[in-house]
Amino acid sequence: MSKSEIWQGTLALMTLKTLDTLGPLHGYGIARRIEQTSGDRLSLNYGTLYPALLKLEQEGWIASEWGVSENNRKAKYYKLTRAGRKQLEREAKEWNQTTAIVARFFEPVEDQS
Amino acid sequence: MRQLRAWLLRFKGLFLKNARERELADELESHLQMHIDDNVRAGMSPAEARRVATMKLGGVDQTKEAYRDRATIPFIESVVQDLRFTLRQLRKNPAFTVTATAMVALGIGASVAIFAFVDAALIKPLPYQNPSRLLFVTETTPEIPRANFSYPDYLDWKKLNRVFDSLDIYTQRGYVVGTSAGTEIVYGARVSDGFFRTLGVSPFLGRDFYPGEDLPEASRTVILSYAAWQKRFGGKKEIIGQPLILNEIPHTIIGVLPENFHFAPVEDGEFWTTIHAAGDCDLRRSCHYLSGVARLKDGVSVEAALADVTRIAKDLEAQYPDSNRNQGATVAPLSEVIVGDVKPILLLLLGGVALLLLIACINVASLLLVRSETRRRELAVRRALGATRMRMIRQFVIEALVIVMVGSTAGLIGSHWAMQILKGLIPTDMIAGMPYLNELGLNSRILMFAGGLAALATALFSITPAFRLSNLDVREGMAEGSKGSGNKVWTRIGSKLVVLELTTAMVLLVGAGLLGKSFYRLLQVSAGFETKNLITMRVRAPVSAYGEDPQALALQRKVMDEVKSVPGVTSVALASTLPLSFNGNTDWIRFVGRAYNGEHNEVNVRGVSSDYFATLQANLLRGRTFADSEDISKPKVVVINQTLAKKYFPGEDPIGQRFGDLDLNAKSIKEIIGVVDDIREGPLDSEIWPAYYYPINQHPDFVYSVVVRTSQAEQSLIPTVADAIRRIDSRINISSQTTMTKRVNDAPTVYLRRSSTWLVGGFATMALLLGVVGLYGVIAYSVSQRTREIGVRVALGAQRSSVYRLILKEAGMLALAGIMIGTGCAILAASLMRKLLFSTPPWDVTTLICVAAVLGASALLASFLPARRAASVDPISALRAE
Repeated sequence: MSKSEIWQGTLALMTLKTLDTLGPLHGYGIARRIEQTSGDRLSLNYGTLYPALLKLEQEGWIASEWGVSENNRKAKYYKLTRAGRKQLEREAKEWNQTTAIVARFFEPVEDQS
Repeated sequence: MRQLRAWLLRFKGLFLKNARERELADELESHLQMHIDDNVRAGMSPAEARRVATMKLGGVDQTKEAYRDRATIPFIESVVQDLRFTLRQLRKNPAFTVTATAMVALGIGASVAIFAFVDAALIKPLPYQNPSRLLFVTETTPEIPRANFSYPDYLDWKKLNRVFDSLDIYTQRGYVVGTSAGTEIVYGARVSDGFFRTLGVSPFLGRDFYPGEDLPEASRTVILSYAAWQKRFGGKKEIIGQPLILNEIPHTIIGVLPENFHFAPVEDGEFWTTIHAAGDCDLRRSCHYLSGVARLKDGVSVEAALADVTRIAKDLEAQYPDSNRNQGATVAPLSEVIVGDVKPILLLLLGGVALLLLIACINVASLLLVRSETRRRELAVRRALGATRMRMIRQFVIEALVIVMVGSTAGLIGSHWAMQILKGLIPTDMIAGMPYLNELGLNSRILMFAGGLAALATALFSITPAFRLSNLDVREGMAEGSKGSGNKVWTRIGSKLVVLELTTAMVLLVGAGLLGKSFYRLLQVSAGFETKNLITMRVRAPVSAYGEDPQALALQRKVMDEVKSVPGVTSVALASTLPLSFNGNTDWIRFVGRAYNGEHNEVNVRGVSSDYFATLQANLLRGRTFADSEDISKPKVVVINQTLAKKYFPGEDPIGQRFGDLDLNAKSIKEIIGVVDDIREGPLDSEIWPAYYYPINQHPDFVYSVVVRTSQAEQSLIPTVADAIRRIDSRINISSQTTMTKRVNDAPTVYLRRSSTWLVGGFATMALLLGVVGLYGVIAYSVSQRTREIGVRVALGAQRSSVYRLILKEAGMLALAGIMIGTGCAILAASLMRKLLFSTPPWDVTTLICVAAVLGASALLASFLPARRAASVDPISALRAE
């Protein structure tokens, strides 16, 4: 996968998972975390994260509120809602299934006896 | 669900712009700060740290843009921008805005108002069950295409037909009822028992007539119209079962009809009773006074029904050769009988108003074209700055929408008033025959019609300037002061539009001219008597006191004496039926001393008093009129009209000749004592039938019309005359008090022509005005484009007169084209409305020439102003201007 090309759905899933793991977090934190988790193999255009966050918020998966960061900066914190957690479970399951199916196509061929 | 929630939030986002923008700015600022902090900690210089952070973000403004797209609905937001821009543009150009919206309002308002009438009369179904299966059924005679049934004939038809589920009859009649103020004549009908069941109407209160309730032995019952129930009985439900005296006979009220019920052939029918066939006329096969309504059996066509009833009529003719000779049959859809008279007029008006709308739209479209011409630079700039073609077309669509929406809203409001005004102009006598107009008003069908027109107009107004876009050259458009080739394109389309406008105006003007001429010709028709200074009224004395001949005769003489003594009255007469009413009330006559083979010589019969012809100032051609002393005791005498004399006594002297009924009964023999010049008994546009007049003293009656000739303005004398008659006996009922002039003017034939003349004339005037303004626009524009060329011509020595010629020729060609094409179209259109013309052919040359002259002169005037401006061009400044 080319580094800058992350499709929206995947970004949303990664965002939800990040919030699930780390609890409430601001946009910058989420972006950094996604890059870290990918082992820096993924390079986000941070700007694309904000419309995605807005979309998740409009759909009710996450909620936002202003808070103070660890460095005493005012920042907007996003957190997973209960509906968001369920959605994450659903999507994670789907993702696992999809990847499992796709993976089977690339498994070494078994002996044809 | 989630999607919907998201859309709603985005929609809400359209309105919370400022707060959202501020919050996003804050959020991005904090994002950058945190990133910068991190970068600095990692050892970058502050400037480097900010640069990297911003780069990593992908640009603050780009982020904001992407965020905005998600926060709101970008399409709507840009539409709102376009809308704002449009409103700003329109506000900046008030003359254009007002003219364009006013024209749309005029066109749509007028169309909707006329369409509302068409809808009420022709589209809205009649308030009966499955009205398309209802037929109007009657007998015919060679003279009367829709004659009436006699009761015995009706009973036979009902029994013998194989095509109707049911066949019922009605006849209109007046009832005298007592009121607190004396007596009043109220209209209603006698119907057969199944009349309402055939129509599929059930009473709103109480019950319908039982089968058999129309027989002579059944007790007398009456069903009220909703209006009568409200007006006369205060809408009380206890009224069912109460007695009501009609024509001095007690009836029982058994039901009330639904509010929306109407039946136009029985104008304003308040009381509905059953036939109760008992009188002499009811039982006689030759006494025709009933009309039929039938419901077709499923699967039977109108043609099959006609064939079936024609068969019955033929059988009856064979069976009763005396009474049923030449009695044919006719059927027609009931709706045609109810709205038949107004249908051609309404369609004419709809056509006229459609043409007016067309002109109005063309004018707006050409205004838009001119505007797009002056906006070339603006369009080119927007294009150069990257506006897509779609975005620019959308701009035009929004502009068109705004103009059309404002215009149609104003038009709809205006049409509401126009409808009320138009309806108010219909005389009350006529509106009684058009009950379907009661619910005239804006309904969903009319709103859909208006919406359709608005959509068409919007499409037209968006396409016109968008078309202009296709040949827009950006570079050329932006060049200051350049006059590209575009204006030639516009001049070409513009001139075509103007020719179309002038053609339309010509069609409308010719239509109005022909109608006006027909109307004038109609009024020129001689009634056969002097219509000025005549009062007429209908007198009805109580039958209990004046039912016998001697009392009736005495009352007739008393009425004439009392009225004659009123100051200002010069003479008085009585008549069984007034002139200018209808052809009908006829008799079949047979001449004494002539071979007879059973033909029906059908002639109008009128009973009149001795002074009748003198009072009307009719022209006695031969012989004498009656004497007052010629009553029941004297031999029977008649005066005939000239048509009868010519038809039955060609080249003979009719005086002294005698005729009687078909059997020449001794009692029926009458001697002709005089011939009077034709008095028009029917409407002005109808044929004159043979007629005879008998002395009313020989058949005294208790119901008749009084005709009063006055020496002064007649209108003011009406109450005095009525009072004089009432003084004789307060139980006498007087109705239809009016003047002969009013009767002439309000007669449907005259009224329909007059009103359509005025309305079409009004449309035509507006069309002329708009067409001429359109021509002025094109010529003025053309002159403004050619200023430089004209300047060069003048500088090279062209005379002022040749400049005039140049411009006037251009306008003249357009006007000529419009007039030529218009003449052809007008003759075609006039052929379609031939029914409404009266002794005027569709190709009436005087009308065509006059209209062409008017249009030509107006066109000349419209082009004279720009021509003068062209002629006064100063060559120096014209050349220097560019």
